Amino acid sequence: MVHADDLPVEAENRGDTVVLRPAGEIDLARSPALRSAISRAQQGRPRRLIVDLNQVPYMDSSGVATLVEAMQVARRYGGALVLCCLQDRVRSIFEIARLDSVFRIVGSFEEAIDG
Amino acid sequence: MNADPHVKIDMLSQPRYLAGARAMIASVARRLGFGESDCAHVALALDEALCNVIKHGYEKRDDQHIWISIWPLHGSCCGIRILVEDRGRQVDPEEIRSRQLDDIRPGGLGVHIISQVMDRVQYAKREGGGMSLLMEKHLAAGQAPFARKETA
Repeated sequence: MVHADDLPVEAENRGDTVVLRPAGEIDLARSPALRSAISRAQQGRPRRLIVDLNQVPYMDSSGVATLVEAMQVARRYGGALVLCCLQDRVRSIFEIARLDSVFRIVGSFEEAIDG
Repeated sequence: MNADPHVKIDMLSQPRYLAGARAMIASVARRLGFGESDCAHVALALDEALCNVIKHGYEKRDDQHIWISIWPLHGSCCGIRILVEDRGRQVDPEEIRSRQLDDIRPGGLGVHIISQVMDRVQYAKREGGGMSLLMEKHLAAGQAPFARKETA
């Protein structure tokens, strides 16, 4: 049985890039699962961490805080965090928090991987 | 706010129930005439309000109660009124403010988000303990309210 607080996060290694694909709403109940997945991915200090949010229909400020933390960790070791494929509702919270210009946000996975 | 709320929910301070609260308030807002974008913002505001109670009011204790009351608004301001109440730690309402947005760090965004997406936001200490947060979202001109005959 899948626990209500679980958040499936697919991880894919592509050379010096790690791609994470969380699937589901990210709120206070589920942001710890995202934080764990990001923490595991960043243990290897990938040059680039792409978080593909195509399958995330909702995110609250706890999810945003998790990504801010990930961005700061990446910057500390000289890596980069890229967010891609944000749905409108998710993009909206980054705009409201005025973080849309702080993160590197691209429209498609191809842009993220080629950039 | 003399009339009884049209909806009143008593939920435990557990993050797993946030999704249900969001779905409920979005559904009610939709029936009151709000468009999808506004419904999403109302749900986001309630989510952030409940998160703040869980994290700060109850310091993540998961066996405490949070009460959500909802009224439709009619008259000069049509829309929705939401009251979130708890019995958690009390703080001076004047001290509740967002962090500076150019201070990029995790956390501290909930108060800012609520103030951005709702039209009226009022924090108060509850008599007998805890805090209350009153939030209103008003229908824009041209949005036709449903259930006009019901009064708050």
